[in-house]
Amino acid sequence: MTMTAMPDARRDLGTPAATGTNRVRATIDGIAVDVPEGTSVMRAAREAGVAVPKLCATESLASFGSCRLCLVEIEGRRGMPASCTTPLEPGMVVRTQSPQLARVRRNVMELYISDHPLDCLTCAANGDCELQDMAGVVGLREVRYGYQGANHLDAVADASNPYFTFDPAKCIVCSRCVRACDEIQGTFALTIDGRGFGSVVSAGMDEAFIDSECVSCGACVQACPTATLMEKTVIEHGLPDRVVKTTCAYCGVGCSFRAEMQGNEVVRMVPDMDGGANEGHSCVKGRFAWGYATHKERVLSPMVRERISDPWREVSWDEAFDFAATRLRAIQAEHGRGAIGGISSSRCTNEEVYVVQKMVRAAFANNNIDTCARVCHSPTGYGLKNTFGTSAGTQNFESVAAADVILLIGANPTDAHPVFASRMKRRLREGARLIVADPRRIDLVRSPHVSAAHHLQLQPGTNVALINALAHVVVTEGLVNESFVAERCEAESFQQWRDFIAQPENSPEATAAITGVPAAEVRAAARLYAAGPNSAIYYGLGVTEHSQGSTMVMGIANLAMATGQIGRPGVGVNPLRGQNNVQGSCDMGSFPHELPGYRHIADSTVRGSFESAWNVTLDPEPGFRIPNMFSAAVAGQFRGLYVQGEDIAQSDPDTTHVTRALEALDCLIVQDLFLNETAKYAHVFLPGTSFLEKDGTFTNAERRINRVRPAMPSRTGLAEWEVTCRLATAMGYPMDYPDAAAIMAEIAALTPTFAGVSFERLDRLGSVQWPCTAASPDGTPVMHVDRFVRGEGRFLITRFVPTEERSTRRFPLLLTTGRILSQYNVGTQTRRTGNIAWHPRDVLEIHPSDAELRGVRDGAPLTLASRKGTITLTADITDRVPPGVVYTTFHHPELGANVVTTEYSDWATNCPEYKVTAVEVRPLAVAAPETSASAALEGAGSAT
Amino acid sequence: MTTRIYVPGDTTAWSLGADEVETAIVNAITNHGLAAEVVRTGSRGLYWLEPLVEVDSPDGRIGFGPIAPEEVADLFADGKLPTTAHPRSVGIVAEIPFLRDQQRLTFRRAGLIDPLSWSDYQAHGGGEGIRQARESTPQQVIDAVMASGLRGRGGAAFPAGIKWQTVHDTPGDVKYIVCNADEGDSGTFADRLLMESDPFQLIEGMAIAARAVGASQGVIYLRSEYPRTHAVLTTALATAREVGLLGAGAGFDITLFLGAGSYICGEETALLESLEGKRGMVRPKPPLPAREGLHGKPTLVHNVLTLAAATTILADGADQYAGHGLDRSRGTMPFQLGGNVARGGLVEHAFGLTLDALIHDFGGGTRSGRPARAVQVGGPLGAYLPAEQWVTPLAYESYLAIGAMLGHGGVVVFDDTVDMGAQAEFAMQFCAHESCGKCTPCRIGSVRGVELIQQMRRGEEPERHLAVLHELCETLELGSLCALGGLTPMPVRSVINHFPEALHLPAEVISS
Repeated sequence: MTMTAMPDARRDLGTPAATGTNRVRATIDGIAVDVPEGTSVMRAAREAGVAVPKLCATESLASFGSCRLCLVEIEGRRGMPASCTTPLEPGMVVRTQSPQLARVRRNVMELYISDHPLDCLTCAANGDCELQDMAGVVGLREVRYGYQGANHLDAVADASNPYFTFDPAKCIVCSRCVRACDEIQGTFALTIDGRGFGSVVSAGMDEAFIDSECVSCGACVQACPTATLMEKTVIEHGLPDRVVKTTCAYCGVGCSFRAEMQGNEVVRMVPDMDGGANEGHSCVKGRFAWGYATHKERVLSPMVRERISDPWREVSWDEAFDFAATRLRAIQAEHGRGAIGGISSSRCTNEEVYVVQKMVRAAFANNNIDTCARVCHSPTGYGLKNTFGTSAGTQNFESVAAADVILLIGANPTDAHPVFASRMKRRLREGARLIVADPRRIDLVRSPHVSAAHHLQLQPGTNVALINALAHVVVTEGLVNESFVAERCEAESFQQWRDFIAQPENSPEATAAITGVPAAEVRAAARLYAAGPNSAIYYGLGVTEHSQGSTMVMGIANLAMATGQIGRPGVGVNPLRGQNNVQGSCDMGSFPHELPGYRHIADSTVRGSFESAWNVTLDPEPGFRIPNMFSAAVAGQFRGLYVQGEDIAQSDPDTTHVTRALEALDCLIVQDLFLNETAKYAHVFLPGTSFLEKDGTFTNAERRINRVRPAMPSRTGLAEWEVTCRLATAMGYPMDYPDAAAIMAEIAALTPTFAGVSFERLDRLGSVQWPCTAASPDGTPVMHVDRFVRGEGRFLITRFVPTEERSTRRFPLLLTTGRILSQYNVGTQTRRTGNIAWHPRDVLEIHPSDAELRGVRDGAPLTLASRKGTITLTADITDRVPPGVVYTTFHHPELGANVVTTEYSDWATNCPEYKVTAVEVRPLAVAAPETSASAALEGAGSAT
Repeated sequence: MTTRIYVPGDTTAWSLGADEVETAIVNAITNHGLAAEVVRTGSRGLYWLEPLVEVDSPDGRIGFGPIAPEEVADLFADGKLPTTAHPRSVGIVAEIPFLRDQQRLTFRRAGLIDPLSWSDYQAHGGGEGIRQARESTPQQVIDAVMASGLRGRGGAAFPAGIKWQTVHDTPGDVKYIVCNADEGDSGTFADRLLMESDPFQLIEGMAIAARAVGASQGVIYLRSEYPRTHAVLTTALATAREVGLLGAGAGFDITLFLGAGSYICGEETALLESLEGKRGMVRPKPPLPAREGLHGKPTLVHNVLTLAAATTILADGADQYAGHGLDRSRGTMPFQLGGNVARGGLVEHAFGLTLDALIHDFGGGTRSGRPARAVQVGGPLGAYLPAEQWVTPLAYESYLAIGAMLGHGGVVVFDDTVDMGAQAEFAMQFCAHESCGKCTPCRIGSVRGVELIQQMRRGEEPERHLAVLHELCETLELGSLCALGGLTPMPVRSVINHFPEALHLPAEVISS
């Protein structure tokens, strides 16, 4: 067995699991083994409890056969085959131990150590080093070559990456890092430079890591068996003494991590091999950018102030609750109970969100509850519920491994959902075809070993015209899956849709003038998608954040149903959720019209079940949505707001309007880690907890409910759900739970799709994908398998209506927005980590011809103006964007991207139209000031 | 009647001034108004005579060599074509014992024909193999190769028929024939000589193989150090398409791929990696290339000479080919005689010849005139054989039995001034220099091997170091991923065993 000092270390079986259906029976060291065909001798042996020594093999990578420690003897075969690269064959008789094997292994190890520093005791990997372990296993006692020979001991370390070092003097050239970068991450940033004894690991073209194409995902660091690639935190602190399994709090992929701790200090976050969403992979944010949790700017005490012009005053929790409750009750007394409300956060746990909406409905006695999902994926919920019957994606992430064709619309996974992107790239390298629909040439259009079959480079705001054109081809070229439609979908709505979509106005030839995509390209893409056999659609905010966001989601659902691309692995309609718990916050009843489980507040049976459980009478009328809250605040009707974990002053559109609303409030309560932009307008600040302190659950984009476990106690003294409960209690409605598990028990009792969910089950199974019911106690990886949740799939008419936001003579360019890998949304967290090394400021991508026309120079400051406002940023001249389109990220508050975004929003859900703003760009003659002139112009872009 | 004067054009002759010789001859023809024309051939492989000028005569071609450009004028001194009376005459070329005593099958046309003339090729029996193959079923072709006893001539000596059968039997939408022309062993030149002297034979051999295994695409992986070969093959491939040996009609075509100068890319799996655009590193086997080779498709990988031999087998019949040789070493082997030898060049002969015959009868002893001390057979990874082993028949089995190998047929002669310690060190040095760096024994072990042997040569604790060297050799042999590390111990051990004094080892240490 591999020795290790690491707590709770997972057994590494050396090579990936085989997928063969036939069984192979053989004998290893006299033990009869029975494994799937394709299993390596090494894995078969390890499964049988025989640990063949190894260094270059690890079960997350294809076998490589370079270290030659795992040699075995096989009867009837010459020499010593490597057990990692030799598949077990029927009847094989394998010996893993013999005097000669022991001698050769010891000699191999002797060679390694003859070119390795002898500083084990002071090495950062001491106790967590496979080379050290193996030297012990093979019984190396001396290095007879001496240490005078050729070596690499003087090689210089590279510490350029903010999070890890590369020390080539300790490298054993096993290529695990190179292979991890290739096979797991799919970036191909690392290589072996030179050959023979001169072989060295090299980032890019022999560059420093920070200057190379390395995306700092950490896969290489995790793969390294020695201290060559090592987290700086481990070098600083030493090895952890305990491990807490938890879930990342960044994007909607929801990666499982092992928080490796020394006392209450995080030593490192390591992706969990058993994590259902990530299976051992990570990105730079989850792996490394957790330092914000202990950043010095975090606020740990409650604070209050009479007026927003007053300085903050630290108070006790009780005083803060008293202050807030008094104010809120006073508002209600004077302006009615509907004059206050709350906004829940997609960053918080299901349990935290649940108690916020409960507080609003039960303690505030209204339904003025909304969530930041309003500004990202509300159209997804609306569109998929009306077509399929469920407000959620249809697949698990693993499903992409069975896809033959991937249609990616308005999403940029390599930046925004990097761990899922790695899964997708792996499948693309295996030969799946890719269609990208995006105004911008995202990395997946062409990157190492990935090349899109079609890039449908449409004009921003024309999604619906494009999806209609794709469907038109399907309908008019006989590509409809008639039997699927007949068996699974509504006949009447299908016929109406078919008649509609077949109209000439929806043809690729007709829509080309709108979308700018050549008809032949659309036809070819439609045929490819329809042909499958397994075609999957993945989409992001480029679909939802439009005035026709909900229409587009329905158009996507129509296309999938018409071609029968739903209800099995490899297909489906998959929203890539922006935030860690967007899915969960929506599931938990965060919308003003819906109780947990997407059930309408007007439904008296459902409402009755909550009324009896909560012992209150609930208002049957839906409350305000976020934009309504703002308008009502400006009008003086809405005067008190509780905001949890969302910086609405930065992230919501039309900043000027938002700040005017916030200024009008009599009581703004902000619960957050930091004094964010919104807190500038707050009267009460309630310190929140980071994910490292939370106990609860997050639900990711694949409906996977993951446990969030506290790695350290709450730094504020209270759990976040406790804060909400205490405020509700202070308001006169007692709320009290012994722990987070009790909250989930209440959720499960009141929500049919969560009926089988409990912390006990989650702890036992690792995670569960809802629906989790008596019928599906282990959850539901793929939905709509035999029938749609709503019964028959429903087709909806998706007529293209152009947005009213269009380019004019004054504002001739269209601005669209997106995210970059190293930063997260408005940057509250990532700007407080080493990630700042990669994206120190936001830039505006502009096509060379547009730049030339305006005299804009690369890297020079420019102004970007819409009819809503003007901001300043730096030019990045690139043909990633087509002429007429400009693009920016929105991670830095100095930028205030939302100063320019407009009031337009999705017709069904009010999801803002972040992705289309008519703008004009001008070079800035003088160097721009650090921040824009007006404080009112401070803000930023779309949230999720 | 115009007389033909033949001037060789292969890389060896060219490097010795053959082009200038041709120019001088053309000038002489013009100046003297002779009824003669110059034909450029490949080479006979009689390298000590290069540039070897041949002139048609009623008795056969008369040879003159070696001829330096400035000596051409003397050939035509009397204004006539030269005759056997000229002091540089070597007589009728075909009767030169070095050539006469060979059994040339694969090299039957080498130096005889214009390598780029399809009609010349056909006139000398070329094209018969593919004609036979096209009239047979694929299985019949494979059966013939199997029956011929042909084994891989690249060095590993794997039975060719089994490989052909495996590729044939492995299903695949695309199959490949890959010709390994990355001839990198020091002291070898047979592949180049064949490709430059008779390129159509290789192309025909590949076409036969393609027909047999069901391949549609072929690749010749040529080392970059052979620019003249590249030019010859490029033209020959174009001609082969014109005459229908390749191309759409033939259902098979060949692309020419130039290597990037790495010895290890001559190892078949590293070669495939290189062809796929990757770093030239050895892949573990299984999977065998015959099942999952180039781009994961069934691939027949063979050395130039193996593929070329298929033409002979199909044209002459498997029995005829198998009639040569002994034991499981059937057919002929092109030995490449070099080093310190009076007459260096290519000797194609049935297996069973001895080194004694090769270096004395063919080679004429050492060039220095001093006694020969050691002969390295099989390239830089082959054993150094002392005189008492020169009587062992040159055949796969008998060489294996004495801890040696035939390899690709390179034979390098050393006289008694050789420092065998330096040769042992060179073996490790070669491995260190050419290692791809993938496996540990080869990457680090070869460097340590050099250091050990250097210390022994200096007389530093030779006996203690010998024990380590033995274990290192065992580790290299059993632990290396490919034959580079696996075979490096062979020359080292041969020096330890047969020339122990070079490493300051008393003979009794070895015998014990």
